[in-house]
Amino acid sequence: MATPAAQRTARTEADGTPDTVGTTAYQRAFDAAVAADERVEPRDWMPDAYRATLVRQIAQHAHSEIIGMQPEANWITRAPSLRRKAILMAKVQDEAGHGLYLYSAAETLGTSREELLDKLHSGRQKYSSIFNYPTLTWADVGAIGWLVDGAAITNQVPLCRCSYGPYARAMVRICKEESFHQRQGYELLLALSKGTTEQHAMAQDAVNRWWWPSLMMFGPPDDASQHSAQSMEWKIKRHSNDELRQRFVDICVPQAESLDLTLPDPDLRWNEERGHYDFGPIDWTEFWEVLKGNGPCNEQRITQRRRAHDEGAWVREAAAAYAAKHTGHTDGTRTTGHQTAHETEAERA
Amino acid sequence: MSTTDWPLWEVFVRSRRGLSHTHAGSLHAPDAELALRNARDLYTRRGEGVSIWVVPAAAITASSPDEKDPFFEPAADKPYRHPTFYDIPEGVKHL
Repeated sequence: MATPAAQRTARTEADGTPDTVGTTAYQRAFDAAVAADERVEPRDWMPDAYRATLVRQIAQHAHSEIIGMQPEANWITRAPSLRRKAILMAKVQDEAGHGLYLYSAAETLGTSREELLDKLHSGRQKYSSIFNYPTLTWADVGAIGWLVDGAAITNQVPLCRCSYGPYARAMVRICKEESFHQRQGYELLLALSKGTTEQHAMAQDAVNRWWWPSLMMFGPPDDASQHSAQSMEWKIKRHSNDELRQRFVDICVPQAESLDLTLPDPDLRWNEERGHYDFGPIDWTEFWEVLKGNGPCNEQRITQRRRAHDEGAWVREAAAAYAAKHTGHTDGTRTTGHQTAHETEAERA
Repeated sequence: MSTTDWPLWEVFVRSRRGLSHTHAGSLHAPDAELALRNARDLYTRRGEGVSIWVVPAAAITASSPDEKDPFFEPAADKPYRHPTFYDIPEGVKHL
């Protein structure tokens, strides 16, 4: 695949026009495509800032999926039944899959997998702050599924219509799979809530701890969100942070009632006039502190990620050595025990 | 050797017999065998496929988005290639 830089050069040469004139024409074509709700595809011209914004956002999203495996994997060995254990393993595996879809989408913008991982490991790219909170009890697995994945879905469904094609396509796949994540969490909490007094208390405690961080997942209020306006204009983002946060609160209140659990907010009440639930102020100081690296688990998460990467090095090396040995001087596409696509096509003809 | 030294593969999945393979996404793998296995784990965790193709991304030749207009233009001015181009008297059946 040609790098974006190479494409730009080739385009200017083919055009035979000065770069500035060419860029202006491309900018107009890009603006028109976005305005017409068409998708921008990897080889299309796009403004550098649009590309950079997408790389930042998709990378952050991919890293969140990968780091998000840790707090839940923490409970796999202690799941209370084989059923719950199998579900949790499938969910954690899904998160890995989501990370891979998103890394692939980011790579279409001209960055590489290695660069993305380096930036995660060195803290130059972020992941969602929600994963810097600990999973103290089994009920936290339920609270994460219901609230954290619920908030993620609220954020992600509009991203299925994002102006950048590969990101939108990855989100379609992810949203389909997230639905199971949210429902298993809700069911888990419901089982605890209906259980013994201690189990009910454990579920309530988990919800108390995860509620406010989940609301923070939608990002700072609209008037303090530095990237929002431009992202909305580019149709990367379709709704504002506050709008999505409100939508999430409205969805959660009746769900909490069905769980027979309360949400830890004394100001939470239905506002007839607005047609929405009012809710109390969010502690943004906590949000910014966690973002700066001062959350309960920031250090632990990134240390674990680096360790997993380092300890997996021998597997990557062995696989590469095996591939080199078996491909030898060929182009890396040795015939396997499986039919090649070509053979299959021939057979079908 | 790092992961990025692994080539990129495009993954095509046939969702069920009778349908053609459709592009599902891409992944990195050191060789074709592992690309297939990774594709199975990544793109068919819920029974989305009965057959997978993996193709080295470097082996794909793509048309250029910049030449899109001239490249596809010849098709645009030949409406007579479409059945709706022809006037057929009312009442004529099976045509």
